[in-house]
Amino acid sequence: MPFVLSLFRLTLLAKFVCYAIVALGIDLIWGYTGILSLGHAVFFGLGAYIVAMHLKLASLGTVLPAFMKTGGLDALPVFLEPLRSGPAALILAILVPVVLAFLLGFMTFRNRIKGVYFSILSQALAWAFVTIFIGMQAYTGGSNGITGFADYFGMSLTAPLDMVKLYYLAVAVLALAYIGSTWLISRDLGKILIAIRDGENRTNFTGYDASRYKTFIFCISAALAALAGAPYVPFAGIISPKELDIAFSVEMVIWVAVGGRGTLIGAVLGAFLVSILKTGVSETMPGAWLYFVGLLFVLVVLCLPKGIVGGVEGLRTHFRRCLSGAARAQADS
Amino acid sequence: MKRFAKGLLTASVLAFGLMTAGCGGDSALGGGGNAVSGDTVKVGLLHSLSGTMAISETSVRDAEKLAIDEINASGGVLGKKIEIVEEDGASDPQIFAEKAKKLFQRDRVATVFGCWTSASRKAVKPVVESANGLLWYPVQYEGMEASKNIMYMGAAPNQQIVPAIDFLLKAGKKKMFLVGSDYVFPQTANRIVKAQLAASGGECVGEEYTPMGHTDYATIISKIRAAKPDVIVNTLNGDSNVAFFKQLKDAGISADTISVMSFSIAEEEVKGIGAQNIVGDLVSWNYYETTATPANEKFVAAYKKVYGEDRVTDDPIEAAYDAVYLWKAAVEKAGSFDVEAVRKAAADIAFDAPEGDVKIDGENQHLYKRVRIGKVNANGLIDEVSVTEPIKPDPFLATYEWAKGLASE
Amino acid sequence: MDALTILFNGISLSSILLLAALGLAITFGLMGIINMAHGEFIMVGAYTTYVVQKALGSVLGDAYFFVSIVLAFLVAALFGVALEVLVIRRLYGRATDSLLATWGVSLILQQLARSIFGAPNVNVVAPAFLGGSLELLGVTMSYKRLFILLLVGAALALVLAILYKTEFGRRMRACIQNREMAACLGIRTKRIDCMTFALGSGLAGVAGCALTLLGSIGPTLGTSYIVDTFMVVVLGGVGKLIGTIAGAVLIGVAGTVLEWVATASIAKAAVLFLVVLFLQKKPQGLFALRTRALD
Repeated sequence: MPFVLSLFRLTLLAKFVCYAIVALGIDLIWGYTGILSLGHAVFFGLGAYIVAMHLKLASLGTVLPAFMKTGGLDALPVFLEPLRSGPAALILAILVPVVLAFLLGFMTFRNRIKGVYFSILSQALAWAFVTIFIGMQAYTGGSNGITGFADYFGMSLTAPLDMVKLYYLAVAVLALAYIGSTWLISRDLGKILIAIRDGENRTNFTGYDASRYKTFIFCISAALAALAGAPYVPFAGIISPKELDIAFSVEMVIWVAVGGRGTLIGAVLGAFLVSILKTGVSETMPGAWLYFVGLLFVLVVLCLPKGIVGGVEGLRTHFRRCLSGAARAQADS
Repeated sequence: MKRFAKGLLTASVLAFGLMTAGCGGDSALGGGGNAVSGDTVKVGLLHSLSGTMAISETSVRDAEKLAIDEINASGGVLGKKIEIVEEDGASDPQIFAEKAKKLFQRDRVATVFGCWTSASRKAVKPVVESANGLLWYPVQYEGMEASKNIMYMGAAPNQQIVPAIDFLLKAGKKKMFLVGSDYVFPQTANRIVKAQLAASGGECVGEEYTPMGHTDYATIISKIRAAKPDVIVNTLNGDSNVAFFKQLKDAGISADTISVMSFSIAEEEVKGIGAQNIVGDLVSWNYYETTATPANEKFVAAYKKVYGEDRVTDDPIEAAYDAVYLWKAAVEKAGSFDVEAVRKAAADIAFDAPEGDVKIDGENQHLYKRVRIGKVNANGLIDEVSVTEPIKPDPFLATYEWAKGLASE
Repeated sequence: MDALTILFNGISLSSILLLAALGLAITFGLMGIINMAHGEFIMVGAYTTYVVQKALGSVLGDAYFFVSIVLAFLVAALFGVALEVLVIRRLYGRATDSLLATWGVSLILQQLARSIFGAPNVNVVAPAFLGGSLELLGVTMSYKRLFILLLVGAALALVLAILYKTEFGRRMRACIQNREMAACLGIRTKRIDCMTFALGSGLAGVAGCALTLLGSIGPTLGTSYIVDTFMVVVLGGVGKLIGTIAGAVLIGVAGTVLEWVATASIAKAAVLFLVVLFLQKKPQGLFALRTRALD
């Protein structure tokens, strides 16, 4: 049964597709604008949680999820009521993270909190958020997370054919996200973002309000993360607070760092490459993964600051220069 | 706009590549096969070998390996040697789900021994159910679950929590202070404890939860002093226990003044806390290293011979060891590795375990177990204070009047 | 419950935070290096204490603890030098990059601890003379917490003395204030950087040694402190030691009071949230270093 067998690898690949969508968002804020967020997993996880909550509610009908009952609730809390409807859940899955990102961005960027300070603040906020999130067991499923979904908007999670369809859907989302991101950075906006990265004050002095642009791109980036969270749920089969964790946020950054910050294709490639390596290493040598990823961080930052794509491009220009140099030398002789 | 056009092109190439990759069979990616091939049978071990839970789960994995090696040395199961496929759950439920998928769908193992936290079990549950596989879960837990694809080797609440509270009440300790980590097991366990206290004349004088990894217990200890309980019921998890007991002792609270009853501390954890910080306090399990049975003597000796004299055995380690033997017994009774047949054969199968004879309850697939209240001694081992006859597992606490309304699903 | 107990608990928590953050106040506050492996240096100090007790505990008795304070400083400082030479030196001026690289280092160190000492926690027996507690005005003050208060005081005095009373301290301040000018005057800035970083790392080691008195010793020990310590330094204001002290006291006392009235989880989250809100008002922290520099 080749089809059933490949289902495992298919869901794995599908998860990586979702990661690639997140990587696009990280690249927009970090690679292009120079904002290093260490809490982006919160946006991703929140999007996924909202969708997961809908799937759980939809698969149970009028019955309450088990974690709510053991948590002491007798009825569905009012604020979760909208999640009974699929379209509403999908909209909220994007909207809630974006509003959160807007609030954070609006406050911090306007107050000129930047660079590593922003990173540290985002890390602390993500930590606080996760602590509260785990504590509210009755509403969030606590440390167990939400699991056990029957289907995904009418598609069965056990039928291979439906999973393939879902996979195509994820790929389509990735392609659209890629096109959208390219469109964004090919406009003037792209240049302004890079200007902010390379000299924020100078950008301000030339008449652009950097904090507005930063807030905007931060929201876009959060939206991409949340957008990736939605199709992620059926493939992972579970969403737990680990997906909100700081460690996961940092892993997202390393995807972009490895692939090549400041190039969209680099972000996508990085997400795939690191995730495939991670799976491979942890399957063959469990426990060695931490050494491996640790070294990857250090070596990439030290030796390949522009990532693989940057490295390849560097080689290409070097090669071209050598060639043209040789041609000139030949012409001279 | 040239850049945008280039982006469009890249996106379509990317999408095309990924779509064809999705269509490809597994042949390109390798793997596959069946559980039984030639003279071996594949089983999966799925525990966290990295991350925060590696602390506890590596020992459990060691016990499972020990049992498998013993079985292989004495001829295997149905004449087949057991071949181990090991995966790292990395303390992350999502990874547990992913690796479980790999074990069941790709490696097609006969069964999986694995998990520790409720989160990891809940993550694996839908996977093992949809694959109609079998998971042997080695740890005591909060109950309220019975999947036909999981065999629960640890205590249900009525085999650990409920008898422990009974023990305390009988000893005249009626005022209890509940301390736990802020996650599912402590919160659920404490709901059970509170219901039981309300029904049997006890009193809960305080309830505190701390986030995972909490290190400063000064405030909570002050709250405990102010509440003046007879006993502290402790469901803290992991590292927090060390900080809690060290700081509790320095505040002058020890087993002589206010004793502590813990549900997540076994011999392994006592080592990290330091016996001098917890000596005299109470725990509730089904097995201790000191449990006096012939099977246990053999088990402890074998475990220490393989993994070192300084290692200790404890309840989850023993349960994991039992799991492998129970699986073997069920397979032999069924005469086949087929999950459905093994599951049917498993009902009422008994095993002379280190903790005494255990038996699988065919109804909810938990074990009949003896409950032992223990007291930590100065050497870091646990002495048995009281022991019951084997108790029928009741994961939903259906036989207790006061527990109505706690159960779900 | 009386206010005095809360006050003591709060001050005690502050002293622990300050001890853990003091090294960071130097490496991050003064040098501007983001060292995400700071928590792992604390862990290195804790494991050093464990090794010292294993090796020398039977010979030295309780005096092993004082030996291990010194050794913890030295071993952690050594790790600091290695990190500075191998990684950080190459990343001056690339703050976010050094954040990522040191994060990688922290993962490696955690796994290293797991490979060497095993995944389970190890146990250090605290010196007997620090057992028990002092009852004063109805407040229970454990000797270990009082000892940590003293240790923090001593460490602070030492750091201030080094900074303001020694040749090395003067050069250090010169490097911090204006690296190019210092170099022009013949100060070997690279060496000073390395030594400063070693001092900060060593202080983390001392914190690790002291923390064995109160908490667990395991591979992930450092991760529980990293967020708090960075917040202490950021709240206090980068570049001023007095700010770090104020930051630690504020976070410690506020955390304790909030934990008293609410729960530990809410207290933890609320304190972080309040700090972030405060920084919106004063992005430079409590005590800002006055500077006209922009980019």
